[in-house]
Amino acid sequence: MNLEKVIFGFFIVFAATLNFGFVIGEIDNPTHHNALELFLAIVVNLIATVLKFGDRTQVGAVHLATSLVADLQLLAAACVWAYAAYASASGVDAYAITTIVSLSAGALLANIVSVVMLIIETMMLRR
Amino acid sequence: MHPSSAILLMFRRMRAPLIVLILIYAVSVLGLTLIPGADANGKPWQMGFFHAFYFISYTATTIGFGEIPYAFTDAQRMWVIVSIYLSVIGWAYAIGTLLALVQDRAFQQAITLQRFSYRVRHLHEPFYLVCGYGETGQLLCRAFGDMNRRFVVIDIETSRIDELDLQDLRADAPGLAADARQPDNLLQAGLMSRHCVGVIALTSDDEANLAVAAATRLLQRDMPILCRVTRPEIAANMRSFGIHSIINPFETFGEYLALAIRSPGSYQLVEWLTATPGSTLETQREPPRGHWILCGYGRFGQAIVDDLQGEGIDLTVIEPNRSITGSVPQVTGVGNERQVLEQAGIAQAVGIIAGTSNDIANLAIVATAEELNPALFTVLRQNQQSNSLLFSTFKADFMVRPAEIIAHECLGLLTTPLLARFLAEVKRQGDAWSDALVARIVQTCGKRVPATWNVAINAKGAPALLGELGNGTRVKLGALLRDPADRQQSLRVVPLLLLRAGEQHHLPADDFDLCAGDDILFASTRSSRSLLLGTLVNVNDLGYVLSGRQQGAGWLWRRFARDNSNGSA
Repeated sequence: MNLEKVIFGFFIVFAATLNFGFVIGEIDNPTHHNALELFLAIVVNLIATVLKFGDRTQVGAVHLATSLVADLQLLAAACVWAYAAYASASGVDAYAITTIVSLSAGALLANIVSVVMLIIETMMLRR
Repeated sequence: MHPSSAILLMFRRMRAPLIVLILIYAVSVLGLTLIPGADANGKPWQMGFFHAFYFISYTATTIGFGEIPYAFTDAQRMWVIVSIYLSVIGWAYAIGTLLALVQDRAFQQAITLQRFSYRVRHLHEPFYLVCGYGETGQLLCRAFGDMNRRFVVIDIETSRIDELDLQDLRADAPGLAADARQPDNLLQAGLMSRHCVGVIALTSDDEANLAVAAATRLLQRDMPILCRVTRPEIAANMRSFGIHSIINPFETFGEYLALAIRSPGSYQLVEWLTATPGSTLETQREPPRGHWILCGYGRFGQAIVDDLQGEGIDLTVIEPNRSITGSVPQVTGVGNERQVLEQAGIAQAVGIIAGTSNDIANLAIVATAEELNPALFTVLRQNQQSNSLLFSTFKADFMVRPAEIIAHECLGLLTTPLLARFLAEVKRQGDAWSDALVARIVQTCGKRVPATWNVAINAKGAPALLGELGNGTRVKLGALLRDPADRQQSLRVVPLLLLRAGEQHHLPADDFDLCAGDDILFASTRSSRSLLLGTLVNVNDLGYVLSGRQQGAGWLWRRFARDNSNGSA
């Protein structure tokens, strides 16, 4: 067992599960989506991205790319939320929460790709 | 090492500090959102992620806008103390790692390599790849600089590459401190670039030169290669790779010395054609035949013994190392000791060669020998460029400067490839032939050393002449060598060699018919060279020189003049 692989796998799967937990629920209902969960998803995603730095293999490059996509989508969702809650007059209404959830659903897709690649990589090892 | 590895290395080293920073920010922000606060009226209030992130951002970067939007409760302040210290640790760790990385040797090397390969890739002119920037390399590169030719340098010593930046060369030349034996480094230096026009291996290590030559031959089949070699077995190895431009400074010198003994006239001609144009050559003392003493039986001594014996010279070798023996009578000892010289027969000797690898020893040998026999012909070997001052005040009859010999040969091979063929012919011909040629060149070009240069009759070298030949006109060589200002005056030019389809015509006569594709070697004054080069390029000059008619410059006028001449015919 390789500790580095455990940590790597842990963060990738954790990023995907947190992201999924945030996205699930009715898309336009603010009570179904927890801000804390979005925050944790962002933090875990950022850590997963940094873990992928400096890998010069082809798989490593695609891993890094998917992670960057997920980061971008989640940060955009957080920005929309902050704008809706503090800057806009209407607050976090159904329209705002729909945008936030759909952005993070995009991030979820990128995270799923990451997890699938992780699984394929593991299967190829045959050990 | 790959050029892009610098950025990868940075990312990999920064992984841990970045994760620590992210975690510290996350914990601090999360703490602020969980700890209960109070608003302006004392009512319970929970800080949102937005405000928490805002507060931590300016606190961690020590900007400190104060407690907003409401004054903090004591519980919040306790947490802020923790996050302040955490963030200081996080930043110190990240910046410390970054600074250590910048000072890291591997990282600096990666950056240097990246900049070097950038400069090589953006060299959009023909350039030479010079491996080895020792004395020879520096001489050659200086000459390249004077001729406005670009070059890239590889040397294993960092200090020499640093010197490259300090020297006042005309164009700035990329240099890499790396082992030229590794093909990767040759590739970085632009071996595969379409602008690379030749590889020159001049390192002091014969095997390294062989490695460079072999790699070049295998990777770029048609690339011209020049190699410095001092060991015959390595030279044989190179020949088996199909490399023929091999320069052995000692053998070259041995050949010259033998030529000077055999046929002084030919030697003078060779020296005249290869010396720097414009200088005047003093008549030199001719090396006498008889008993010679050779001090030092290393690579140099061994290389010239055969040449001298071939000329029937009676040699005695002085060598301190008993294990080196050859076919010649040998005295064990150092040449600057009286009794050793006397033992070698200094009294009846006519010449001495101080050929050890130690400059000061060589000077001492010649000084001692001249004291014993003032009439001696002296040959002095200089190894280090830095001793030039000592050697130039010491008037020896013949100087051996290996670095200069190599640089000279390289330049000759690269700039006037025909000259080497002609010199080979000079060495074959007798003394009388050479004397006659020297007399002819002196009569035509004066006593100054002529410029030797070659021009090919093709679209690049002689477009005007090529057009004329294409029209079916027969052009004789002599008709071309006239002054474009007054065709009654002939130019101060002596054609030495004409190469046509691999066949050499030596000293072509004035009525020689020219043909497209000919390559001609001339000896001339500098001004005549520029006049002749102008004639070959300029249609009007050429027309005047060949026919004596002043031609109109414009296309319309030329057309008109042609119709006129047709009508009259």
